[in-house]
Amino acid sequence: MANTYILIEAKTLTTTTASITFSSIPGTYTDLLLKISSRNNDIYNEIHFRFNGNTGSNYSGRNVKGTGSAVSSASSTSLSSMQDVTVQSKSDQTASTFGNIELYIPNYTSSNYKSMSSDSVQENNATAVETMLGAGLWAQTSAITSIEAFPSVGSFVQHSTFYLYGISNS
Amino acid sequence: MPTKLIIDCSTGVQTEVELTAEEIAQREADAAAFAVEQAEREAEAAAKAAAKASAESKLAALGLTADEIAALSK
Repeated sequence: MANTYILIEAKTLTTTTASITFSSIPGTYTDLLLKISSRNNDIYNEIHFRFNGNTGSNYSGRNVKGTGSAVSSASSTSLSSMQDVTVQSKSDQTASTFGNIELYIPNYTSSNYKSMSSDSVQENNATAVETMLGAGLWAQTSAITSIEAFPSVGSFVQHSTFYLYGISNS
Repeated sequence: MPTKLIIDCSTGVQTEVELTAEEIAQREADAAAFAVEQAEREAEAAAKAAAKASAESKLAALGLTADEIAALSK
């Protein structure tokens, strides 16, 4: 069980930004945790993730999602970025609200495929708001040294924040 | 021009750069693939909803009450 959380890097956006990449991630931890507070300047809710700049069809994701009135699940495979694992706030929701997202990546330096889990929720002053539990797989054996996050369409707005933690179990 | 932010975790240096033409093309490809997937998902959900409504209608025609129909899916 993880017993240390070390902040590797953090960023609060000062302008609208299409993507954010944490590069040269040290391999000295056991797990990684990416915590995001974000909003899209477009009407789409998803954040996509890409590791080590890999654009091959090596990503899959699945989720269960609640909207306040319905529950659904979805999955995807063979995509060029990890999808279907998180939701964030978006442009047609209450102004100046931000979603909360956590992406947990255990054993990110292992030589096995990389599995990960996530939980996320939108913020919106309305009945309809989404929360999602997700699981993803990057079918590559390389250690993760960079993580790119970007909206499915659009850009992250100013004041979105990104915190990357390294976690050790000893 | 859209920009990306790169944070080098080994140095702490944060660099904001404009997307290259290749990166913009990749984003457009990503967005197009996402749109196709979304459309497929919405079509699948609509088909499921239509099938459910049809099934419930047929069950009602057989004489099942709304509570009895709802109990079937629990």
